Amino acid sequence: MKITPLQFVWFSLVVVLWSGYFFLEGFDFGVGMLLRWIGRDDLERRAVINAIGPTWDGNEVWLLVAGGATFAAFPKWYATVFSSFYLALFLILVALIFRGVAFEYRSKLVNPRWRRRWDMAIFLGSLLPAILWGVAFGDFIHGIPLDAQGNFTGNFFSLLSPYSIFVGVTMASVFLIHGALFLEMKLDGQLRERASFVARRLSPLMTLLVIVFIIWTYITANHSGGSNIVPGILPIAIVVLAVTAQVLIADRHFGWAFATTGATIVAITVNMFLDLYPRVLVSSTSDAYSLTITGTASAHYTLVVMTIVAAIFTPLVLLYQGWSYRIFRARIRLTPPEESKTEEIKK
Amino acid sequence: MSALGLSRWQFGITTVYHFIFVPLTIGLAFVLAIMQTLEYKTKKPIYGEMVKFFGRLFAVNFAIGLVTGIVQEFQFGMNWSNYSIFVGNIFGAPLAIEGLLAFFLESTFLGIWLFGKNKVSTRVHLFSAWMVSIGTMLSALFILAANSFMQHPVGYTIDPKTHQAVMTNFLALLTNSTLITTFFHTVLAALSTGAGLVLGVAGYQLLRHRKKDMFVGAARIGIVVLFVSMLFNSFVGHIQGQVMEKQQPMKMAAAEALYNTSSGASFSLLTIGNLSGDPIFQIRLPHLLSVLSDNSWNGTVEGINQVQAAEVAKYGQGSYVPPIWVEYWTFRIMVGLGGVILLWGLVGLHFMRQGSLDRKRWYLRISPYLIAAPIIANLTGWIFTEVGRQPWIVYGLLKTANANSHLSALSVGITLVGFTAVYSILAVVDAILMFKFGTSDPDSLGSHGEKEAEGSPSSHSELIY
Repeated sequence: MKITPLQFVWFSLVVVLWSGYFFLEGFDFGVGMLLRWIGRDDLERRAVINAIGPTWDGNEVWLLVAGGATFAAFPKWYATVFSSFYLALFLILVALIFRGVAFEYRSKLVNPRWRRRWDMAIFLGSLLPAILWGVAFGDFIHGIPLDAQGNFTGNFFSLLSPYSIFVGVTMASVFLIHGALFLEMKLDGQLRERASFVARRLSPLMTLLVIVFIIWTYITANHSGGSNIVPGILPIAIVVLAVTAQVLIADRHFGWAFATTGATIVAITVNMFLDLYPRVLVSSTSDAYSLTITGTASAHYTLVVMTIVAAIFTPLVLLYQGWSYRIFRARIRLTPPEESKTEEIKK
Repeated sequence: MSALGLSRWQFGITTVYHFIFVPLTIGLAFVLAIMQTLEYKTKKPIYGEMVKFFGRLFAVNFAIGLVTGIVQEFQFGMNWSNYSIFVGNIFGAPLAIEGLLAFFLESTFLGIWLFGKNKVSTRVHLFSAWMVSIGTMLSALFILAANSFMQHPVGYTIDPKTHQAVMTNFLALLTNSTLITTFFHTVLAALSTGAGLVLGVAGYQLLRHRKKDMFVGAARIGIVVLFVSMLFNSFVGHIQGQVMEKQQPMKMAAAEALYNTSSGASFSLLTIGNLSGDPIFQIRLPHLLSVLSDNSWNGTVEGINQVQAAEVAKYGQGSYVPPIWVEYWTFRIMVGLGGVILLWGLVGLHFMRQGSLDRKRWYLRISPYLIAAPIIANLTGWIFTEVGRQPWIVYGLLKTANANSHLSALSVGITLVGFTAVYSILAVVDAILMFKFGTSDPDSLGSHGEKEAEGSPSSHSELIY
């Protein structure tokens, strides 16, 4: 069956939503992972959390909309992915639950043990989904055991191939640097210094992981018969972006570096979906059982309705979400009495 | 238990739990927006104090409603993939639209509202409060549009090739009579819930003679919203019952444990003993059931046996009767508590006009306990309407037994235990915080819930978390 223009539009929109989600929550995850290292005392940790405080929630909505859009436009894709990755998704959900609540609750009581526990929840709740989303996307390309009815025939451990685990680690490392750069732009003084230190120290590792990841993906995707569109340009672009990010970080152009790690995340996401195209989920049992765009898409009418709604409201959402970032664009400064305190620590 | 049974328990537990917090969020967001509007209009500081005090309770609740909502969005695909494939063409659209229109709106503006007080003008800050409130209501609208399709499918056709339900008319989906009545019923109930919380907490504080002006003011707002929303809801509920009687006669019959079709049917107020027509003791109000379901003294109400026979003729062999005791009792608890809430508001209104609210200690004393009344009414109402739809997951189109995913009982068992454990922890944490912020002396609480000792950092910086 030929892919209709609207099916293509919605496949692209799903890609855009996942890219947006990883770009935005990517730095939230990075910030969460770094919370306990960049924030050494309670006040500093509060400054770190405040850097994403007003916006993390809106960033997570990208995930909900990505899920909803997949449900609406490709029901069978949504149903198969979510039931196949059942226990992995359960872990992601639990992690996101504790992380979200932790942001709101950690400072509500003064008890240090209470705060330490929620800080741990923020750390694990950021690290675990960062890795697991990567694992899941690795599996999309690598393939999972699906039978002719599209039922998953493996178990939780069949999701953990060496390749998918490596994708998970790579994604987490990119998110970590992305988050460190975000903090470098949002914080001040010593906190800012620490964030830049993390970025400078760890970015070579990130770049190395990305390069290996690209080579491995290229082999895996070709192996499972994918890469129907421009197999060369995007992977090369990703390597160039990762190297550029590293150079920019070394030269302390942190703003540009942030844009570049963001572009790397988007390019990686787009690349993974293009490796799938025109499939949406690869069956490792037989390629005949792989799910495709045409095989999972909703009927034309639904796609028309959804297109109209999306065309009207997406620009509006982008506008006010962008505006909220503008409102909170100022660096978070620990106020004068605190700066003197920080000074004392230095001495 | 089978994977199907476990999945049903999981959906039931996670949804009911989610639905403790959602109405509170919708109701509190609205009440807070009103308080903040009053602050903006009158410039009186007591309204600002109210917003601050109740805003804390709101934020605690919002967080849990939000994170448990993510589970809701995912578990259709996780546990109910056959359902998702069957209705995805229709059901997915309102879900996606809910995310795009409602979730973005409420989360973004909540961020501005919580963190931006010193960064935006008072006008924009007030605007944010209303956007949050509108966001929560839009969210209710679209998720109920999806739910109403399960109760009363409209605007669809069944694709002969794929055997999936396919959308043919989006407007029909949004103008579904079930949706219109359910939406108003749910949102009004949510307003009562939020207002009830405000009234109950204000009662507790007034008993302890704290901030009299502020809490009397809050109690007045609570009473008015509570009474008006509950009053309207009695009518809406009545209309909704009649819509339901036409669309799902079995649900109405089960609610009344009415086994055989009768005219001028009486309303059973209370039954002790066997519901299947052999009661030990019961109180019945003559003709009331007919009046309720048909607006006429001798109207005919269909009985369970007759509906069962009709459904067998229409859909084939099988039982089409939901668990009757669940329907019978949840319906009575919901309606009974509705009456209690109305009375709670009415009495409050009376004291308000007398200007004696802060002196009626018995009223202040019972109010904190009555916070539970709207919450329990919401839950029983929700259980009533969803259990009453069984054995169907989409009424007349797909049975629950055919809707679940291809999962092992072990997998579902793990997540059922896991979610229940996680949600229990959250319930304890939420209870601790709600109790602390609801019962603490407002003077002892800092700007964002911090107990501010002298020299504490938060008194100098703008840090919220």
